[in-house]
Amino acid sequence: MNVKYMYSLLAVIVLFLVSYVLAGTGTAFKVLFGIILPYAALLTFIIGFISRIMNWGRSAVPFRITTTCGQQKSLPWIKPNAIDNPFSKGAVVVRMFLEIVLFRSLFRNTRLKMKVGPKIYYQLEIFLWAGALAFHYAFLTVLLRHLRFFTEPVPLPVRLLETVDSFFRLEVLYDVSQFGLPGVYISGLVLLAAVIYLFLRRILIPNVKYISLAADFFPLFLIFGIAFTGILMRYVAKIDVIAAKELTMGLVTFHPTIPEGLASIFYVHVFFVSILLAYFPFSKLMHLGGIFFSPTRNMPADTRATRHINPWNYPVHVHTYEEYEDEFREKMIDAGLPVVKQPVEAPPEETEEKE
Amino acid sequence: MSDLLKPEELYKTDNRPPRTDWMDTPTEIRKGIACYAGNPKSLEYVGFPNARQWSCFDEDWQLPENWQEIIHEGFKERLEKFRSFKVFMDICVRCGACADKCHFFIGTGDPKNMPVLRAELLRSIYRNDFTKAGKILGRLGGARPMTLDVLREWWYYMFQCSECRRCSVFCPYGIDTAEITMMGRELLNLLGLNIDWVATPVANCYRTGNHLGIQPHAFKDMLEFFQEDIEEITGVLVEPQYNKVGADILFITPSGDVFADPGTYTCMGYMMLFHYLKEKYGFDVTWSTYASEGGNFGFFTSHEMMKRLNAKMYAEAKRLKVKWILGGECGHMWRVINQYMDTMNGPADFLEEPVSPITGTKFENAKSTKMVHIAEFTADLIKHGKLELDKSRNANLNVTFHDSCNPARGMGLLDEPRYVIQNVVDKFYEMPANTIREQTFCCGSGSGLNAGEDMELRMAGGLPRANAVKAVHESKGVNTLATICAIDRAALPDLMSYWVPEVEVYGVHEMVANALIMPGEKERDTDLRGEPLAGMEDADE
Repeated sequence: MNVKYMYSLLAVIVLFLVSYVLAGTGTAFKVLFGIILPYAALLTFIIGFISRIMNWGRSAVPFRITTTCGQQKSLPWIKPNAIDNPFSKGAVVVRMFLEIVLFRSLFRNTRLKMKVGPKIYYQLEIFLWAGALAFHYAFLTVLLRHLRFFTEPVPLPVRLLETVDSFFRLEVLYDVSQFGLPGVYISGLVLLAAVIYLFLRRILIPNVKYISLAADFFPLFLIFGIAFTGILMRYVAKIDVIAAKELTMGLVTFHPTIPEGLASIFYVHVFFVSILLAYFPFSKLMHLGGIFFSPTRNMPADTRATRHINPWNYPVHVHTYEEYEDEFREKMIDAGLPVVKQPVEAPPEETEEKE
Repeated sequence: MSDLLKPEELYKTDNRPPRTDWMDTPTEIRKGIACYAGNPKSLEYVGFPNARQWSCFDEDWQLPENWQEIIHEGFKERLEKFRSFKVFMDICVRCGACADKCHFFIGTGDPKNMPVLRAELLRSIYRNDFTKAGKILGRLGGARPMTLDVLREWWYYMFQCSECRRCSVFCPYGIDTAEITMMGRELLNLLGLNIDWVATPVANCYRTGNHLGIQPHAFKDMLEFFQEDIEEITGVLVEPQYNKVGADILFITPSGDVFADPGTYTCMGYMMLFHYLKEKYGFDVTWSTYASEGGNFGFFTSHEMMKRLNAKMYAEAKRLKVKWILGGECGHMWRVINQYMDTMNGPADFLEEPVSPITGTKFENAKSTKMVHIAEFTADLIKHGKLELDKSRNANLNVTFHDSCNPARGMGLLDEPRYVIQNVVDKFYEMPANTIREQTFCCGSGSGLNAGEDMELRMAGGLPRANAVKAVHESKGVNTLATICAIDRAALPDLMSYWVPEVEVYGVHEMVANALIMPGEKERDTDLRGEPLAGMEDADE
């Protein structure tokens, strides 16, 4: 029994039940889940996120410790790897862009195979990269799609995104038979599938299971819960979308209202999103901001050409040449090594003292 | 060494983690893996705190009373001083991409050698001491309090990382375990917990200028010994200059090359190259007995100690009034020079922007630090046709090249040494792509782990490298492993004889010198090792 994921799963189930039951009891809890907590969560997210970023910013960057992943720029006839060993700020921007947008480092991933022999093999391991990419882009699409609920009229790019996202249809003579689903959003399903993949690899790959903390499972269950309730509302429970939008528009216009007729599942969905937002700045999810601050990726590898300044560089004790020569002078002279000071013949202690 | 496991006993194909959670799995410090504690005299010599006689195998580590406070304060200070540390403590998502990228994990199968868990050893304390979530959630949030067991664990695993940075290539956030290990070691050093293979070289470097503690006259003796060997082999007497004020260039190389085979042959290679350049082009280079160590064992100790040792390079260059500095083949030395030296001990405004006096090439990439790698220097000479080379003298060598971790991932010096090698030997083969260049595997003995008592760790850690050598040994008949690192030259021969016998370890400039046609030389019948050249096997009698 894996206690770590059980705790996280239990936490999400409890949160689900609590919000589901309470939201059904009356207006007071609807105000809590639909207005107070979303505002509080957003505020926590914004303040928390900014303060974490500022906290990182406060720490010094004493050295330029770029991880170089390709040929350096040296002699003019040797072709440097401009992106993976960036020599200019522009190249760093390209490197960071590829890292953030395409997860370039993760793309290099390999899997080790050890056979009797001894023989070790390295296979290309593309799944983590593909899964991570699918997860993040599906999440982003879902997020952008939800701008429909926070804008009036809905901007064209959001509507276009919806059209593209619902390109694949799962319907059988829908107008006649009403069988199938109108406008299935691929992003929601991909998100759900990716979350399940990320969860499965955490419990099925022994090493990954071993390193996983409860804090790694919690956001996965939470995001699963968000995607699941969302899909449920759209395709199965079919909540009153007009009412939902009335509530969300009330939030953005600072005239919050609780419209009639919204099912409890909607409040669960909003509650889960609120928890995710509030949890975000205090968790590993901050890798969203942190990747911009990673010193091995965001600095050029040009330290020999351009001096990097360490803001706290301080003088240190060193063993000077003079001290060294004082200790070894006789031996150096005997060996024919040049010395700066010639040895004094008479022991100096007796004659000195006065000045 | 007699109790060292046989290769087939050491090799485990099933690296499954134990059943108990890592926080509940106590650390058993094992002989063969752990290194001996630092000699208190060495720690005292450089003014390190809490120097004392102790052993990692003892129950009582004789820690100072307030050791937890020292660790806490030290941790706090470093979070402010190093953004890398703070960010890397915060943003890991434990995706596991780094896990099977670490040679020590591959070789030992110990889950705490997965880079992610090595970092979690520190992160768990960080969460407990410095984050709200950790304080509130405790173990659920991945936090745990600092205890004696945690400290032992830190010590054990911070000295099972060679700071090679291979994991940071694969990490989607660039998290660099070398940074984590450096911080961990700094904190341990606050309590006087170092290993002797780091602490004593540090003290020696500080006092005598080199890690073996060679005194100036003995340093010269060694080079004179090489002079005799070179004269015997080539008939040419080379005459190195020492501590010469007003020389054009100061040459600094790791002292390992002066004292231990097969690095000594590389050292002879430098001497022959410099002699050749002096005869042909009037090249004026000096060795220094004061700055006689390129390597920097301070780097394996603390940032401050790294700076204190590195300071000698610029100080000596200034005293000798040279124009710029040329650096020999070394691994971590070059990470220090490339990414730290100018920042720590610069600006080197008393030096000139480096220009090769022979080809006129400006080394633009080194214009601020003013130190050039000898592979860059020699590649430039060869490109301009300035060296007369006879490849056939290396005909017996079937070569592959081991990229050393630091020049690969802390610099990107990849094609320069390859260019040099391909101009001095005929038969050159690359190891599999996942094991070279930025994905190269450590020799298993870097960052001060090149001791005798941790041989099992070293052989296990070197397994992925050895396995790749074995692949080309079997498919291409490779018998020579070329390197540009002194620790490689010291460590890889043991590793090869353990996993891939019949492969010898060479420095690049040893092969250069074998091929180099010296002015006035006699017909050579042996290489620098005294082995007969190809076709000369019957030369004697």
